[in-house]
Amino acid sequence: MKIHEYQGKEILKKFGVPIPQGGVAFSADEAVSVAEKLGGSVWVVKAQIHAGGRGKGGGVKIAKSLEEVRQLASQILGMKLVTHQTGPEGKVVKRLLIEQGISIAREMYIGITLDRARSQNCVMASTEGGVEIEKVAAETPEKILKEYINPTIGFKDFQARKLAFGLGLTGDAFKNAVKFLVALYKAYEESDASLAEINPLVITTDGKVLALDAKMNFDDNALFRHQDIAAMRDLDEEEPLEIEASKYNLNYIKLDGNVGCMVNGAGLAMGTMDIIKLAGGEPANFLDVGGGANVETVSNGFRIILSDKNVKAVLINIFGGIVRCDRVANGVVEAAKNVHVNVPVVVRLEGTNAKEARAILANSGLNFAVAGSLQDAAEKVTAAIRN
Amino acid sequence: MSILVNKNTKVVVQGITGGEGTFHTKQMLEYGTKIVAGVTPGKGGTAYGGNEKDQLTKPVPVFNTVAEAVAKTHADTSIIFVPAAAAADAAMEAADAGVKLVVVITEGIPAAEMVRVYNHLARKGVRMVGPNCPGVITPGECKLGIMPGFIHKSGRVGLVSRSGTLTYEAVHQLTERGLGQSTCVGIGGDPVIGTRFIDAIKLFNADKNTDAIMMIGEIGGTAEEEAAEYIKKSVKKPVVGFIAGRTAPPGRRMGHAGAIISGGKGTADEKIRVLKAAGIAVAESPALLGETMEKLLKKRGLLVKVRSDKSAPKETGKKSKQRTRTLQAGASKKTVRKKK
Repeated sequence: MKIHEYQGKEILKKFGVPIPQGGVAFSADEAVSVAEKLGGSVWVVKAQIHAGGRGKGGGVKIAKSLEEVRQLASQILGMKLVTHQTGPEGKVVKRLLIEQGISIAREMYIGITLDRARSQNCVMASTEGGVEIEKVAAETPEKILKEYINPTIGFKDFQARKLAFGLGLTGDAFKNAVKFLVALYKAYEESDASLAEINPLVITTDGKVLALDAKMNFDDNALFRHQDIAAMRDLDEEEPLEIEASKYNLNYIKLDGNVGCMVNGAGLAMGTMDIIKLAGGEPANFLDVGGGANVETVSNGFRIILSDKNVKAVLINIFGGIVRCDRVANGVVEAAKNVHVNVPVVVRLEGTNAKEARAILANSGLNFAVAGSLQDAAEKVTAAIRN
Repeated sequence: MSILVNKNTKVVVQGITGGEGTFHTKQMLEYGTKIVAGVTPGKGGTAYGGNEKDQLTKPVPVFNTVAEAVAKTHADTSIIFVPAAAAADAAMEAADAGVKLVVVITEGIPAAEMVRVYNHLARKGVRMVGPNCPGVITPGECKLGIMPGFIHKSGRVGLVSRSGTLTYEAVHQLTERGLGQSTCVGIGGDPVIGTRFIDAIKLFNADKNTDAIMMIGEIGGTAEEEAAEYIKKSVKKPVVGFIAGRTAPPGRRMGHAGAIISGGKGTADEKIRVLKAAGIAVAESPALLGETMEKLLKKRGLLVKVRSDKSAPKETGKKSKQRTRTLQAGASKKTVRKKK
């Protein structure tokens, strides 16, 4: 699960990670009152969306008067912010973070995530802060320092010191950075985060170490034990159809094509999308109906796929293993009767009782195209679109 | 004869009295898997015959702890159907009890727990498959998982995959072409898994009854690339590969927690490029998994050997080579037709 920067900073603050003073605002008036409370003479107005690259997209601005805070806040709230992570359609800004201005001496990078190749968490640090870290990793990987965490002993002070020395820090900045790293790792671990990225981490002109930005993602499998974090979910940041699908335990992701697909299993669902494309179509979605594939799941699947107006045909691909295909076929027939299906539907059922299933579909009186192989299914559904 | 499991594998089922545990224990028993014990804390000392929905073909003795089950029945392998919140603990219990293989079927275990389990089991020298996986099957001998047994056929192709139903699709295509499997391993789609592609491929490479390997990968991570490096260096056996998710957009998690393209890494195109560079025959479409394997085997003169295992009459030496040639001639026609 993703959260906003201001929410990430709230979590960090609880664990003693130093952050700039600031507050969230949902309107220009609120923005001004947050700025007033903060005091000072320079403020930063930051758009809060679940995507990076906000500064480049014009979503982060500096204000030198309260009037300017109001002006920038009104300008950014409601704007469609387009960044390299939002896609061309952009995202509408509905929340702002207003922060005190900071006098920055150096910008650095800190990231914590799971290294899948080692099955260990990894704390990364780099002097190249404020830029795209992927670029640093690709071009100058030696500039990224890494410490791997033994899960039995945890992140130790000596590792934090190694990183801080590696960043070339001395004096107060060094001491503060060590404390910062230890607190950040604690926040990452205790909140079951899958990513904690501080880019940039700043050293202020008076030697303070602050998280100027904060990106935190969380392990969905662990949210059950973090009700406070689960409550931070912002539905405005998610696709309405995906929210609807999640209510029925369906795993749906909307894409831009015109061939809807309904598949059991994530790998086969991806494979089905791929073969639609190879056959000359464009997948409209990823939809994993899971192991069940009964009347209810198929009906809900149909409803969700068909609420996407781009969908011109639907391909159902179910490999019946433990689930019997004849039962799935009955489910598909029932569901097609329940939901008004107004586009061609190609069904491919393979596995246990596939023959019986094909007969059920053929004798249903409904207009299904029954496919044998995966290839046949993809060809039939793309042909349906061309007609 | 196979890797990981065979007809002598003695299985303890953790979470045997739960709904999933009961259903799949029944299926495994019917397949012929030697299930010698079940574990459900608090229900030890009973013989479990199933529930209203699923009756087991024979009652299985239930113990309170895995240690007790191992001591009394000499179980050497555990399969876990325990709910997510308790599954990590169950895996560590199995490792402590001295089994040599733990297969975790459970889905939704927090990654932080799995990091601890992984490192604990590695220290103990216990192999884990999963979590969130279909399990392992050696056709005709031992089904240790939730895969449909009947689609498999005993043979000489080793299969390893991150996915569930896509694995079944691959097996189905192989079986339809008469290409049996030595062992099929579903390693699971989570970020932290016990057995990675490279581990399964090392085992297949060393198994004298596996002639060819199929690796079904997907977007996200670098496990396929890691395996490809190893294959390039150390595997002489023919390898077919497939990567699902060419059409997946970056930044979106495609079902599996591990299936996500982030920071420009883990794309299907990059994986396919690395696989091809390692000499792996990459199937361009999920419909061509069986066909790609068959073609590769023909090219390498291994087709008859793979086919003739068990079912067909034994052919050896010169004779089999001749037959391969004839088949190859037949194959070229097919190739032309398919190209369209």
